[in-house]
Amino acid sequence: MNAAVVLFPGSNREGDVASAIKRITGKAAKIVWHADEDLPSGTDLVVLPGGFSYGDYLRCGAIAARAPIMTAVREHADRGGLVLGICNGFQILCEAQLLPGVLQRNAQLRFMCKEVYLRVERSDTPYTRRYNAGDVLKIPVAHGEGNYTADEETIKRLEGDGRVLFRYVSPEGKTDPKWNHNGSTNAIAGVLSDKRNVLGLMPHPENHVDPLIGPTDGRGLFESIKTVLEAA
Amino acid sequence: MNISNTVKITPELVAEHGLKPDEYERILKLIGREPSITELGIFSAMWNEHCSYKSSKVHLKTLPVTGKIVIQGPGENAGVIDIGDGQACIFKMESHNHPSYIEPYQGATTGVGGILRDVFTMGARPIACLNALRFGSPDHPKTRHLVSGVVAGIGGYGNSFGVPTVGGAVGFHSRYDGNILVNAMAVGIADTDKIFYAKATGVGLPVVYLGSKTGRDGIHGATMASAEFGEGAEEKRPTVQVGDPFAEKLLLEACLEIMAKGCVVAIQDMGAAGLTCSAVEMGAKGDLGITLDLEKVPVREEAMTAYEMMLSESQERMLMVLKPGKEAEAESIFKKWGLDFAIVGHTTDTLRFLIRHNGEEMADLPIKELGDQAPEYNRPFTETPKLPVLDASNVPAPKSLGEALEKLVASPDLCSKRWVWEQYDHLILNNTVQRPGGDAAVVRVHDGPKALALSTDVTPRYCEADPFEGGKQAVAECWRNLTAVGATPLAITDNLNFGNPEKPDIMGQFVGCIRGIKEACLALNFPVVSGNVSLYNETQGRGILPTPTIGGVGLLKDFQNSATLAFKSSGEAIVVLGDTRGWLGQSAYLATIFGREEGAPPPVDLAAEKRSGDLVRDLIAKGRVTAVHDCSDGGLLVAIAEMAMASGIGATLELSPGGIPPHAFWFGEDQARYVITAPALALPEIEAAARAAGVSAMRLGLTGGEQLILPGERPISMAELKKRHESWLPDYMAAKN
Repeated sequence: MNAAVVLFPGSNREGDVASAIKRITGKAAKIVWHADEDLPSGTDLVVLPGGFSYGDYLRCGAIAARAPIMTAVREHADRGGLVLGICNGFQILCEAQLLPGVLQRNAQLRFMCKEVYLRVERSDTPYTRRYNAGDVLKIPVAHGEGNYTADEETIKRLEGDGRVLFRYVSPEGKTDPKWNHNGSTNAIAGVLSDKRNVLGLMPHPENHVDPLIGPTDGRGLFESIKTVLEAA
Repeated sequence: MNISNTVKITPELVAEHGLKPDEYERILKLIGREPSITELGIFSAMWNEHCSYKSSKVHLKTLPVTGKIVIQGPGENAGVIDIGDGQACIFKMESHNHPSYIEPYQGATTGVGGILRDVFTMGARPIACLNALRFGSPDHPKTRHLVSGVVAGIGGYGNSFGVPTVGGAVGFHSRYDGNILVNAMAVGIADTDKIFYAKATGVGLPVVYLGSKTGRDGIHGATMASAEFGEGAEEKRPTVQVGDPFAEKLLLEACLEIMAKGCVVAIQDMGAAGLTCSAVEMGAKGDLGITLDLEKVPVREEAMTAYEMMLSESQERMLMVLKPGKEAEAESIFKKWGLDFAIVGHTTDTLRFLIRHNGEEMADLPIKELGDQAPEYNRPFTETPKLPVLDASNVPAPKSLGEALEKLVASPDLCSKRWVWEQYDHLILNNTVQRPGGDAAVVRVHDGPKALALSTDVTPRYCEADPFEGGKQAVAECWRNLTAVGATPLAITDNLNFGNPEKPDIMGQFVGCIRGIKEACLALNFPVVSGNVSLYNETQGRGILPTPTIGGVGLLKDFQNSATLAFKSSGEAIVVLGDTRGWLGQSAYLATIFGREEGAPPPVDLAAEKRSGDLVRDLIAKGRVTAVHDCSDGGLLVAIAEMAMASGIGATLELSPGGIPPHAFWFGEDQARYVITAPALALPEIEAAARAAGVSAMRLGLTGGEQLILPGERPISMAELKKRHESWLPDYMAAKN
């Protein structure tokens, strides 16, 4: 598996995700500069990491979505390649229109760093193969603008097509406004592209992979990717 | 001499620059002529309290600053200590009090930005931030606004910059109504052989300006920070700078890259008094002159004068002296990160600070004297009178211990600060072993197993009642918190916040606290390696509580061998190590339940601190204890409740021993104590170890159940207690209580 992590000015979780990939797949990810025009040859997973690209000035992800490297990322996605956007990466994917919808300010208008509970909605995707549908994962979030929303028709389509991959739920796995910390529509935490090769999610699975530091519920996501890519 | 002197220097102008008439006389004598307006500005920047430490220096010199592990003590951008394996920890704490009161969000962001710069200027990659915040009374109309802005600002900067904010302290007291305190601490890691200093060496080398452009923001910021607030402090808003964490993140990456490539001779961040202070520091420390050509300084506003450029406190800027021939390589790195890079001057052998603007000489001053000859005052002080020891029998008992406990854990000072630290990214970098809410934060160093323990501490009401004991206590409590997670305490940074030093009683508080800090640092082998002094924290003549915040760093050889405060399982013994006498003077019990701040604070027996701390560290290392918590505000019962709330496991407590009233036993704040838990089988060994160490060990009860049970009282539901503990702050911020 050949992962490429894109580094934008202001990215700050590129190291966290790169070390999670190394830890789980045994292979180091390449760091790719935003101003480059090509992905390293053989790249089969592109990661847009968390952070505050361009300071989140203007709109989160808006400037990064127009970086030179994004043309190559779009082509990779069009070919069916895997693209994973975490937190700011999710915002960039939405701004680049590789995923529908937008991420607004959290409903309570504050940045939130805490562990939340996510329900895996399906396990037949490249990102969740190693989970079971209905699994409840404890994963941290760290964002001020993670409140996912889209027009009614889009939400309906996403739900109808089974493209909502993760949802904020109670520890028992029930949807409950009390456990939807940022007020996302339908408690959506992560969505897939129509071909299901592009995933954007707000929580940080890369921060829950090391048993010495905390829970390890995030490992399954990287293990799933590894399984899929190594079988390919 | 050909200095442009277009503005007449009047006594009023001198006063506006915060310079006293005798200080102006000193300037005249030093340069032998009337200064230009630019020169007057430079003197005001260098000689204000904030930059020159003129009132505090004579006392700061008495602090212990050396030790086996000290690589760099106070005087550089930050302190540096050796943590073994060729690694150094670089850290410092600094205040941003005045700006944060005027504009809480930007004041706090620039406080965090400034301290991060201090750390990475020395070549360290920041791994953690902490802070200590003091706000006015919750009832004060501005408090909510200030809490909201400061917390958002600290988070806004650190979260974007990409460093975890792992710990801190938040307190409330009416004495901070007009002067809140925002003390920010940053901690970084570097290789011991790759540390960078401000001292320039070599003549004729390029002086390079890096980072963001210079604007008119923050002019006279340091001068503002060196005066009391009167009415209309808000009018000073234009002196507050605006933080740009995005620019700082780029500056960090570019600086570390340029350092790794071996381009840098000397480096200094532009903090207070910007270009002036950084250039003078680099030259004066290296016995060199500096010549600057200001037309080369990147600016973001038109027609800036030399005066404005020299005094601007625009953020996210650095000054460097480069190795000859490295200009092109350094420039390409900065251009890659989209940052300004300009050669703005050079080093000279003249020992003059020469400022030219479009070829015209605007200032020509002796560089060493600018720093060294700043006025130094040994201000008169009066010792704070000792308060009588309050006898526990003069403090009423509560209706029930349980009810008092419920009030204490839901009080502004002792309630959960989750609402605050959930706004800080405390997980980024994947090294946060112990998160906020414990005795100390624990942060893994690289891939471990080594880790650092970090804590910020002070009990201002103790310092007010007895500066000497309060100063001791701040250091001892920090040492204790690091010990409670199993770390060996190494060194501290101090952030000394006081009122107007020109008042002898305030100066007395300062001197008393310094003496206490000194004595504790010596006894606990805990040197001061960096720090900051913030004076004039007064509004309309009313000073803050003396608040010498202590930020400590400890070392864990293996973080898996650390302790946490949560109970681990049912049926374990709860034991207090250290003597309990029931000291209620200046206790949280007295203040919270009865609104009384009276009596002498608990004395700190440093030998006892050392005995109990060394014992606890040893027990943790040997794996003999299952939970450890330092015993401080609120005494034993609050400590036990915190351990229970952190775990969801309750406890059944025994009758307190005779001879001490129960409320004094459970809520007294005697120092040098830890509460531990251990399986019953391990108790004899622990008690034997305690006896051998000369530390008393007393069994208090057993863990278990879902209630906290005190003899003869209605059981307290843990869920209910935790709810009260967690809800005060969010309810307050939502204006529900």
